[in-house]
Amino acid sequence: MTPGLHVRNLNKNFGGIVVAKNICLDLRPGDRKALIGPNGAGKTTFANLLTGVLTPSSGDITLDGVDLRRLPEPKRVKVGVAKTFQITTLFRRMTVRENLRLPILEREGMTVGLLRPADSYPRVEDEIDHLLGEFNLERHAGRIVEELAYGQQRLLELALTLALNPRILVLDEPAAGVPASDSHLISEAIARLPQDLAVLIIEHDMKLVFEVARSIIVLVNGEILTEGTPAEIAADQRVRDLYLGARHD
Amino acid sequence: MSLLLNIAVDGIAYGMILFMIAIGLSVTMGLMRVINLAHGGFALIGGALTHWMMAKANLPFLAAAGLAIAATVAIAVPLERGLYRRIYCFGELQQVLATIGITFIMIAAVNLLLGSTLLAIPLPDGLATSIDLGFRTLPVHRLLVIVVGCAVVAGLYLLLERTRFGIRLRAAVDNRGAAAALGINTGRLFAVTFCLGAGLAALGGILGAELLPIDAYYPLRYMVLFLLVVAVGGMGSIAGSFFAAIGLGLLETASRYLVPDYGTIFFFACVMALLAVRPSGLMGRL
Amino acid sequence: MAKVVTGTRRNGSLFGVPLMGEAVLLAVAAAAFFLFPYDLGFLTRILIMMIFVLSLDLVLGYAGIATLGHAALYGSGAYAAGLFAVHVSGDPLLGLGAGAAAGAAMAFVSGLVLMRAHGLTVLMLSIAVAQICQEIANKARPVTGGADGLRGIRMEPVLGLFEFDFVGQTGYWYALAVLSLVVLVLKRVTASPFGLSARGIKESRQRMTAIGTPVYWRLVAVYTLGGAIAGIAGALAAQVTVLVSLEVYSFSLSAEALIMLILGGTGRLYGAIIGTAIFMIVHHVAAAVDPFNWLFIIGGMVLAVVFFLPSGLTGIGELAGRLAGRAK
Repeated sequence: MTPGLHVRNLNKNFGGIVVAKNICLDLRPGDRKALIGPNGAGKTTFANLLTGVLTPSSGDITLDGVDLRRLPEPKRVKVGVAKTFQITTLFRRMTVRENLRLPILEREGMTVGLLRPADSYPRVEDEIDHLLGEFNLERHAGRIVEELAYGQQRLLELALTLALNPRILVLDEPAAGVPASDSHLISEAIARLPQDLAVLIIEHDMKLVFEVARSIIVLVNGEILTEGTPAEIAADQRVRDLYLGARHD
Repeated sequence: MSLLLNIAVDGIAYGMILFMIAIGLSVTMGLMRVINLAHGGFALIGGALTHWMMAKANLPFLAAAGLAIAATVAIAVPLERGLYRRIYCFGELQQVLATIGITFIMIAAVNLLLGSTLLAIPLPDGLATSIDLGFRTLPVHRLLVIVVGCAVVAGLYLLLERTRFGIRLRAAVDNRGAAAALGINTGRLFAVTFCLGAGLAALGGILGAELLPIDAYYPLRYMVLFLLVVAVGGMGSIAGSFFAAIGLGLLETASRYLVPDYGTIFFFACVMALLAVRPSGLMGRL
Repeated sequence: MAKVVTGTRRNGSLFGVPLMGEAVLLAVAAAAFFLFPYDLGFLTRILIMMIFVLSLDLVLGYAGIATLGHAALYGSGAYAAGLFAVHVSGDPLLGLGAGAAAGAAMAFVSGLVLMRAHGLTVLMLSIAVAQICQEIANKARPVTGGADGLRGIRMEPVLGLFEFDFVGQTGYWYALAVLSLVVLVLKRVTASPFGLSARGIKESRQRMTAIGTPVYWRLVAVYTLGGAIAGIAGALAAQVTVLVSLEVYSFSLSAEALIMLILGGTGRLYGAIIGTAIFMIVHHVAAAVDPFNWLFIIGGMVLAVVFFLPSGLTGIGELAGRLAGRAK
């Protein structure tokens, strides 16, 4: 049994509508895989199946041999499967520090503590400082999230998710909505992610995909069309047809 | 057997009243997403005006009721335009509070003008009697309420399914943004719907004065009941409100007849059980 | 790396001095005792309501649980303390314990159902719970005295030293002591990791689930704690007025608590205190001047706050403080 996340023959349908069909996927420590495909292909649905927001109709999802299917979303986070949201989901009226403090406290099981102030644990505060440094958010530490630029909010969401110490990280369109001038912040942040982390990026931004991914999976109508290295995918005629449209002479 | 018939007639009549009053609330909540705790106030205003016109101006029942409903709608127009339009954008809690404030003011107004005693609406002789159906006698009033209730349901069905207004309303309830983007004048739609709901509430209040006695504190006392109809039936669903109203009417009446000592407990326990199992109500969309 | 003081900003020091707010509160309360020696009953009721509204602030202002049935928890505490005094012991502090336990138990049991729902359904269910409690108390005449109320409560001296007197002096200081303790405890709890997670749930349940929080159970826990505090308020009321009537479960009590909280401002603890004081004083004065039209005033006040002061009265204070801070 090799370590990592293993998805076998995953199927999901809503009534008659099939949104995931026989998906097989491996995510091993250190992987940098991207999931691409046209709109409506089922990419976010797949991410939701991985994180427990949706339950599969059939198929297996195991993490180091542990069956994930019966674990609800919060429990999956605890075993190490975390996701960033396509639409930034942060604690908007809390400060940046508080946004990072909560996941750390929750991870350590400290959120049942009633007596000491939440900001009085030096190890937690040090970890927050470290994350702020990693993502260049130090000068925004005390600001309310609502006041941040969108690009910085996306970075914060990434930092927040990293604060959970995940083993499997799913990034759902991390560059979505970020102005082109700021998208390098995202790709640089992804490049600095821990090496033993398994990362799956769902993206439309091909520049980012080709910069970051070492393996690309193409999803169409809920099914995997093909998987390969960036060079292979770029050369694959079927993928080109998909994105550029096939010529019917 | 006759007990069952009594429960059925009283319960359905009661349910019709609840429906007439609560339907405006359900649509308002489904359409404008406003929790309007002051909705019962329209029933109060309708009933209070009818009482006043009959007692002070000596108008006959039909005339007084008709004028009262028109007046209630007339009051609803500036209320919607001036106050509620701003309330639409509030958060849930703010809406609850703002409409509680409006309720207090409505109560105080009626209290000031008509006192805090019971405002009776004497039924005309034709309605105050019972009709002999051969196997039973039934109060005419109850039958009238049921007939009017059915007419209201039929009218609303036709309005929603067969008119352009209806289609626009259903579209706006389904997806307000898309409807507005299609050029539907949602502002005017809201205003008309709001006033329609107010008018129906007034009608229900007047007809239901025997079952839900009218006094200045009416909106607070029965607010829970109207909200329950909406919560159980599902917001924005007319069919849901109808079935919920009839169901709750029957349940409440049955509780009163069969387990009078524990009627209220039984009633609320059933409601709780239902909401615990189906939090969006019978036909709710949320 | 400088540690930004954020967690304590919301409900901490006044003018930068810790416990300054509490000191001011105590000073005002002490002054009131000497200035209004014949209104101690009324003033004590204000203190008790402050505890009740503080518990609502925890539940609503911090965790975002919108309830119109908080009286269910208050009333349970009141009846528990009353029955405890009648049947078990007249010791006030033990009675407070009984009230807290009853409030917590009622909150836990009803919370299991309530926390599964959202929005309007929660409001409705909370109202239903309070109504059921009121009906049960009504029907259980032999135990609760039904509509006539629970009587025959005789309280022993507080801590064995301070006897309850007719003027209400002991009652006043007793209630003030309990209020002070509740404020200190709530300040701790709201600044704690538990309190932070409650705020997180209010901000974004989706985000909380995504960081691994068992949101449902966390909410049940907060609600239970709030129930304990509301139960203490009810117990105090039972002990100080030596009477428990069905009104302790009334909808208007829940609604008024909500109004007081919004008036003062949610999520700040001090909002609960100020809102309660102002509402009850205005009510008292308005009712004395014109008992029939005070609803106009209250209704107008509520509308004014919702339309013009959405953050409540303490919101003005915070805004002024921030403006002053920026001007430096």
